[in-house]
Amino acid sequence: MKDKLLDTINKFEPDKKSSPFLWTLYDGLHTFLFAPNHVTKDGVHIRDNMDLKRTMVHVVLLLQLCYLFGTYNIGHQHFLAIGEYTGFLEGFHLKFLYGFWQLLPIFIVAHVVGLAIEFYYAAKKGHSIEEGFLVSGALIPLIMPPDIPLWILGLSVAFAVIIGKEAFGGTGMNIWNVALLSRVFVFFAYPTEISGDGVWISGFENLELPNTAVEYGWVHLTLFNGIFDYFGLATFDPGWYVMDGFTGATPLSLGFQGGWEAITEVYTQSAMIWGTIPGSIGETSKPLIIIGAVFLAAIGIASWRIMAGMLIGAIFTGLLLNLWGATPFMTVPWYHHLYLGSFFFALAFMATDPVTAASTERGKWIYGFLIGFFGMIVRVINPAYPEGWMLAILLMNTFSPLIDHLVLRKNMQKRLASA
Amino acid sequence: MEFKNNRLRLGGISLFLLSLFVVFPNVVLAGNDSGLDLVTSLIIATVIIVFGAVIFVADNLLQLESKRQMEGKDIKIDASLFPKDFKVSSDKLPTYIPRDRYFHLNRGFDINLEGKPENKILETPNVSNYSVLPTDFYGLAPIPKIVPDEGSSVLAGDELFFDKRSPEIKFVAPVSGEFVGIKRGPKRAIHEVNFLADKEIKYKELPAVDLETASREDLVNFLKKYGGWVHLRQRPFDTIPDPEDVPRDVFISTFDTAPLAPNLNFTVKGESAAFQAGLNLLNKLTDGSVHLGLDGRGEEMPSEVFLNAENVEKYWFKGQHPAGNVGVQIHHIKPIKKGDVVWYLHPHDVIVLGRMLTERRYNTERLFALTGAEIKPNAYVRTRPGANVNEVLSGVEFRDDNVRIVSGDVLTGDRKERDGFLGFFDDQVTVLLEGNYYEMFGWLLPQAVRPSLSKTFPGFLFPDLEYTADTNTHGERRAFVVTGQYEAVLPMDIYPQHLIKAVMTNDFERMEGLGIYEMSEEDIAICEFVCTSKMPLQKILREGLDIVNE
Repeated sequence: MKDKLLDTINKFEPDKKSSPFLWTLYDGLHTFLFAPNHVTKDGVHIRDNMDLKRTMVHVVLLLQLCYLFGTYNIGHQHFLAIGEYTGFLEGFHLKFLYGFWQLLPIFIVAHVVGLAIEFYYAAKKGHSIEEGFLVSGALIPLIMPPDIPLWILGLSVAFAVIIGKEAFGGTGMNIWNVALLSRVFVFFAYPTEISGDGVWISGFENLELPNTAVEYGWVHLTLFNGIFDYFGLATFDPGWYVMDGFTGATPLSLGFQGGWEAITEVYTQSAMIWGTIPGSIGETSKPLIIIGAVFLAAIGIASWRIMAGMLIGAIFTGLLLNLWGATPFMTVPWYHHLYLGSFFFALAFMATDPVTAASTERGKWIYGFLIGFFGMIVRVINPAYPEGWMLAILLMNTFSPLIDHLVLRKNMQKRLASA
Repeated sequence: MEFKNNRLRLGGISLFLLSLFVVFPNVVLAGNDSGLDLVTSLIIATVIIVFGAVIFVADNLLQLESKRQMEGKDIKIDASLFPKDFKVSSDKLPTYIPRDRYFHLNRGFDINLEGKPENKILETPNVSNYSVLPTDFYGLAPIPKIVPDEGSSVLAGDELFFDKRSPEIKFVAPVSGEFVGIKRGPKRAIHEVNFLADKEIKYKELPAVDLETASREDLVNFLKKYGGWVHLRQRPFDTIPDPEDVPRDVFISTFDTAPLAPNLNFTVKGESAAFQAGLNLLNKLTDGSVHLGLDGRGEEMPSEVFLNAENVEKYWFKGQHPAGNVGVQIHHIKPIKKGDVVWYLHPHDVIVLGRMLTERRYNTERLFALTGAEIKPNAYVRTRPGANVNEVLSGVEFRDDNVRIVSGDVLTGDRKERDGFLGFFDDQVTVLLEGNYYEMFGWLLPQAVRPSLSKTFPGFLFPDLEYTADTNTHGERRAFVVTGQYEAVLPMDIYPQHLIKAVMTNDFERMEGLGIYEMSEEDIAICEFVCTSKMPLQKILREGLDIVNE
């Protein structure tokens, strides 16, 4: 069976010179289906079974937990805004399919734009497709607000991949985390479209206007409702509208205005931990992210040193801010800060990107600690944007070569001094 | 140095935690009256830090003083108040290992392959084709000057060829018989110098040398003239040493941790006299001392040949591969600095030198391990470097035809065709399966268990599992993405990834600073094995060594 398939596929091999783009596409598919038959030449005769595809796919696999919960939570938040099916498991099919239909275009746009650019550059440079975008493409939808306009998303992905990665030479050469670069593009280039509390809840034209009605399309009202009707399940109702007084504010923006009390007035502690709160698509459920973080650290794909450094840095800074206590947000105890916002998501999946992080072991501790430090500072003290990890990680990405340089210089000085 | 750093780190962390414990309750109980106020807690924290600092300074002074008093004496006393290492309990050592000469290397990776040699000697194969391969020596001119005429007969130990740049260093015939000619490679470089060996090897008789009376110069000339010199290798660069240089020290590793490595305790059995003679000779050639790296893993007691060796400094190493590499051992015993020249030898080469004195003939006979899962039986044969591969393997059965024959181990050995010849410095032949197959979704769901450092494979749960490996690359070459992987398997204070990057960018200063003089291809080979991006590290490192050598 395998040989037959292989023969059939091999028959279709396009000519590399006359049609490089087709060949790149073919090569990408071929190496995806079959590990190539390359053998070692000079140097070692046997090689470790590990390659970049496998490394990357493990991150993507662990992100699937966040995808599952994120899909559900888009729907859950939508229904919380309406005030129907507010229980966690009530209307499960409605929430899940609503979220799925909202997430699917985001996922497709991010991948189509990113992969197209990746393929184009691979063909142009004449090398095989590199796996870098597998992870970036999986991360980008998870860090976007659910209500993001698709054209902004497409533009941000194109910016991140072209300016952030290909301009530097492709996978492994980039200075900044590609996924975060696309997020930061959205944040700085379209502050008006994407600001306010409304973006965290999807399905409404403008959440702030009273009695805004839901926007359902043909898919919801005809396709999904048809299916649900058939099975005798509850259906989407086009007459729903936003509950009075619902704002969709995230815990962080509440905390910024009124400290811990303002947060707990709206959200329970367990909701914040389990993730049934508004936020970026994949960042809300802390237990699932922690599972991913522990697993990635245990199998050695993400650096536990960066994670530990960042945790220590955030706790340390949290303690300092608690001591200072000048604003209501500063008085939020440090241990509550850990499950507010996207701290764990940044810790598990963003800071640990090996390409943009520090590459020496000592450097990783410093790098992680400083991300924790600056992230907390940006989150608590910055007046405009109450979340810091994106900016802190990009800042430290910029400085990670410097950290490495200092660590290496110490090693070099030790060696040269004794010569 | 290392101990002190660890101790400082330990102290620093404990101080930080201690002061945190003082600050922490204050913050938690900030609202209550029972909490300490900020000033009090800061004072307590300061007192702890100052107290700690005083102890550290005192401790360091204590050590300095003890070091000063012990100067020149061969005793090491640790005058510190603190334990030497992070480890709560230190290793339980067998009685034959002295603790002050013992190194436990934590990093490394043993590739546990199927096909290890049994301690058994097979019938000596009838080898008639031999060859000396000039390509086995680094730094040799591609076209050496051949001395005997084609078709003439030679004795084992007769002059064969020399490099025109250093004509006094002779390469000699390993066997007696007919010199049947040379085989050239690209650019007319001489790749093989071939012989048809006699059934009974006849040796040229070497002049007697008395180590007691001979001067260093006499010994150097003796070795150069009768073929012993080329058994010496120098670090850095792994070249044949320059006779003008006096080595700082000589290093010999007496155990091999490479995959499927031969058991040297077995292969040197009964060679005590020759080994000791070789050591005595080397002692005469260096200003420093001869350092012997012994197996401290505790699984097997080293052979009497090594244990009872005299006139040497013995050090014990425990750890996974590459703990048995001489480069790693040099790094821990006495690192190579810029300008240093040290020599290293394989124990079998020490024996060859020793035989030149005791037997007064050039006899390179040694036990070769026939290893790898693709041949049966896996045991030893008595033959010489340069023997024809096909004839050496005539007594074993192949499990498959699609195989690769390697002279040496799977990490650093040279690929040989059936009509090829064993390498000059090797004592092992490995046969493994060629991996020229496609594997469906091989990157996601491999269809066989294979050795891997990665914990994404369940193999790490079964440390005793033996693998059959093939030559498939298991992935394509990529740019550097993963970090920290090389450091995890190289037990040296070196950043291999940054060193390789320095070579790639041709940064001379960085190469030197990051320790390229301490590295050799065999040391970085394990990094090349684990590399996720499938980088050819040995090749890149050799390019770097060539650059700094110029």
